[in-house]
Amino acid sequence: MKISVKKMMMGAVALMSAVALAGCATSTASSKGNESKGNTIKIGMNMELSGAAAGYGAQMKQGFQLAVKQINAAGGIKVNGKKMKIETVIRDNKSTTSGSASVAAQLAGSDGVSAIVGPATTNDGTAAIPNITKAQVASVSPSATDPDYTLQKNGKVQPYVFRACFENNFQGETAAHFADNTLKAKRVAILEDNSSDYGTGLAKAFKKAFSGTIVSQQSFQEGDKDFNALLTAIKDKQIDAIYAPGYYSEVGLIIKQARAAGITVPIVGSDGMADPKLAEIAGDANASDIYYTTPFSSKAGATNKLAKTFMTDFKKEYSTEAPTFSALAYDSVLMIKQAIESANSTNSVKIAKALAKIKKMPAVTGEMTVNAHHDPEKPIMIEELKAGKVVSASEQK
Amino acid sequence: MQTFFQQVINGLSLGSIYALLALGYTMVYGIIKLINFAHGDIYMIGAFWGYYVINQYHVDFGVALVSAMAVSAILGMVIEYLAYRPLRHSPRITALITAIGVSYFLENGMSFLFGANTRNFPQVIGQARYTFFGVTITNIQLLIVAVALVLMVGLQLIVQHTRMGTAMRAVAVDQEAAELVGIDPNHIISFTFGLGSALAGAAGVLIGLYYNSIDPLMGMVPGIKAFVAAVVGGIGSIPGAAIGGFLIGLLETFVQAIGLSAYKDAAVYIVLIIILIVLPAGLLGKNVKEKV
Amino acid sequence: MQAKWKAALIWLVLAVAGFYLINELIVVGVINAFIENMLVTIGINIILATGLNLIIGFSGQFSLGHAGFMAIGAYATAIITQQISNTLGFYLSLGVGMVIAMLVAVVIGIPTLRLRGDYLAIATMGAAEIIRVVINNLKITNGAAGMYNIPALANWPTVYVFVCLTTLMIVNFARSRAGRAIQAIREDEIAAEAVGINPTKWKLAAFVMGAATAAIGGSLHAVYIQTIAPSDFGIMQSISLLIIVVLGGVGSITGTFVAAIVLGVLDTALQQFGALRMVIYALALILIMVFKPSGLLGRYEVSIKGLLERKGGHHGTTDSHEVE
Repeated sequence: MKISVKKMMMGAVALMSAVALAGCATSTASSKGNESKGNTIKIGMNMELSGAAAGYGAQMKQGFQLAVKQINAAGGIKVNGKKMKIETVIRDNKSTTSGSASVAAQLAGSDGVSAIVGPATTNDGTAAIPNITKAQVASVSPSATDPDYTLQKNGKVQPYVFRACFENNFQGETAAHFADNTLKAKRVAILEDNSSDYGTGLAKAFKKAFSGTIVSQQSFQEGDKDFNALLTAIKDKQIDAIYAPGYYSEVGLIIKQARAAGITVPIVGSDGMADPKLAEIAGDANASDIYYTTPFSSKAGATNKLAKTFMTDFKKEYSTEAPTFSALAYDSVLMIKQAIESANSTNSVKIAKALAKIKKMPAVTGEMTVNAHHDPEKPIMIEELKAGKVVSASEQK
Repeated sequence: MQTFFQQVINGLSLGSIYALLALGYTMVYGIIKLINFAHGDIYMIGAFWGYYVINQYHVDFGVALVSAMAVSAILGMVIEYLAYRPLRHSPRITALITAIGVSYFLENGMSFLFGANTRNFPQVIGQARYTFFGVTITNIQLLIVAVALVLMVGLQLIVQHTRMGTAMRAVAVDQEAAELVGIDPNHIISFTFGLGSALAGAAGVLIGLYYNSIDPLMGMVPGIKAFVAAVVGGIGSIPGAAIGGFLIGLLETFVQAIGLSAYKDAAVYIVLIIILIVLPAGLLGKNVKEKV
Repeated sequence: MQAKWKAALIWLVLAVAGFYLINELIVVGVINAFIENMLVTIGINIILATGLNLIIGFSGQFSLGHAGFMAIGAYATAIITQQISNTLGFYLSLGVGMVIAMLVAVVIGIPTLRLRGDYLAIATMGAAEIIRVVINNLKITNGAAGMYNIPALANWPTVYVFVCLTTLMIVNFARSRAGRAIQAIREDEIAAEAVGINPTKWKLAAFVMGAATAAIGGSLHAVYIQTIAPSDFGIMQSISLLIIVVLGGVGSITGTFVAAIVLGVLDTALQQFGALRMVIYALALILIMVFKPSGLLGRYEVSIKGLLERKGGHHGTTDSHEVE
């Protein structure tokens, strides 16, 4: 019955050599990117539609679909003098890295899309990079915020990776300057979402740029509902403000429980909070003295016509206020449209090159220019909530 | 000192939710030795039911609570009938996988039908705060602890002092012997699922009211924590589950209070492993000696 | 004696033939990048699940902490290949990951393997969660942000070879004296002890072996996906491996292969269904379990040696235990 170790080794050696031989014959697929065949342009979406980030993914899907619907209603995208409609391929990555890698391979390979929107999170985004780079198809993520997301290990930019959102350092620094200069806060407590790069990255950037004292830095996890212990622990530390980088589901509860515990200091956060649901969860009465950095403001309608129409159209389509994630996904589609038009081609390699050259493109989240790191440069705003309503949006320099 | 007592209050109100959930686990496990992974999701359904009836029919909190308990109980019995009963004589690990399947089904089915996003629970009871010697407690915290205690005492009475309870204990000890004295085990197991699920449904509505936020995945983490609580307390023991729940709630709170919030889940599991090593059957569990 | 060698030879030929078949299909384009990605994921799942099957199926220890050992392998590889970005670095990291995972398995196993059934499951789940939380808070692992830009040091042939090697390793272990000892413990611990088998020692051996294969799977996952994050190695990952083992049939390595392939194909085929994806997956899971409670293959094992012997007039020696 017993098979000796010797035989096992022999088998292994034989197998290895066979593989080594075959290795010479294994193919290396070479492609020149995808091009549309026929009268439509295929745009893929690699999105978190089930799993932990499904709530945010669903909002991005809505923004994506609204953009496509409007572009198609206007005739499509003009390529070589011909208007081509967009055909969408939407696939779910289960909020997992391996799911995202698989979806990326399918979209860029079998589906032959010209460009991809997504994924939502940095981790899922980086998992897609090898496959889209191999297939030479660009992706625009609406919300992958890690500063290094668009960079290779050697610091060079990833040729096919773009995003529509701010990177963490920029948002974190802006919030820190705001706490320093506008709130004149000297002692700040940080409550960070420790389940992804988003909360921890923002907290790191804030800490670095803030000139006052960080009295306490505590963390919570995605899906947590009880923050009373954390809040009780910081209540007596004479803080002037709380910085809480995270998403509205959790920060909404932090606001509610902080106010219930009698903590009245300003609470500062990031664009993950920029959602009408924040005030719904916190309760209007509690949502005062709340500030967050955001690329998209419902107050922007006065200065940004595109934002105004987007908000009206979104409400008409989905009968709910437009959240920031939907706006970012909408802009991701606009970026791709702009790139296709300026490249005057549906070839995915040319689209990627054109994406890198986007300059002063009007967008819902502000006029944007793609910089050398493939990050969008656009105005950042800080919105203030009072009694659950956005009362002001001031542009930060 | 005030901060300390405040944290005790925080821990107890968090713990009472875990305790309510742990009771369901412990009863089901005690009777058919199944880790009912879907238990946390029944709690989610209870919360969504409360959300639905309050928003749709503007019922008051009591009606929402009782109806959510009834709906959860029926759901628990239906799940037992469809998914677990056919596997009564299969390996236990098979039933466990089915339970995981049911859990995935409820979570994803709800996100598919109603969206994965967080929604706010209607605040039918206005929040009031009371301060005693600098320690703040809200009316909702008091309500949660009170409802939890009433339900636990009620449950203990049912199990110890009714015919149904006696039958439940009989089936838990020896199913075949119970059958011989005329007890229908299917009937009893179904009743147990109903009872446990009703408690989960109540916990769901209480959580909705307390935190004002519900979502389809809300049952996942508390479900696992509650199971840990049941194991710590000694699985199969009703007072054990209650003690385990409060213990886990207090532990999590104090780990965060001393500034180790990043390790709060790790602390729960470390305590779990230590307790299991020292007392393999949990705090109040009966240690069954293995016979040769 | 003859049949044994012949069977081994046939397996070897089959392994090499399988390799050439996949290679040819890639060359002619039947297998594109997407299918290749699916096959590699299935391969890595096979490596992970066979190790878990050794623990659950052969030694009867219900472990729910496999993802923790996988995380150790993955992070060892990610960290070491940052410094040494070549194949040598990868194999070094693979070894380091295995050794750390085995040490951790000993540390976890000695106190917890005394526990039985579901208690062990919950304790191992807790241990894996502790590993994950620690990784989530360390600097060297880059915390919650995870590690990315991991060099691509494994392609499908690497994974294929490792699938063959780990399977060989585990099947041999299961059929060796050690394997018979752990199966005796599974059937009746007290009786086994009475005939001089030390249960703690052999249970630990199976647990450590399973941990080592999990680390291999984790290392391959890291260099193939090129991104890892603590959230990849949560309870859900342990559960999805458990599902493969139980669906295939507890104690059947062949079953693990079949289940990994069935679930891998099902999972990728459902990608287009968006939010409905996991609903269908869950329903499929419940239905398979209700109608095939002992898994797709029960304890059945494909055995070429058994086939050869049966042909030669001997009685088949295929393991045909009764299903619990």
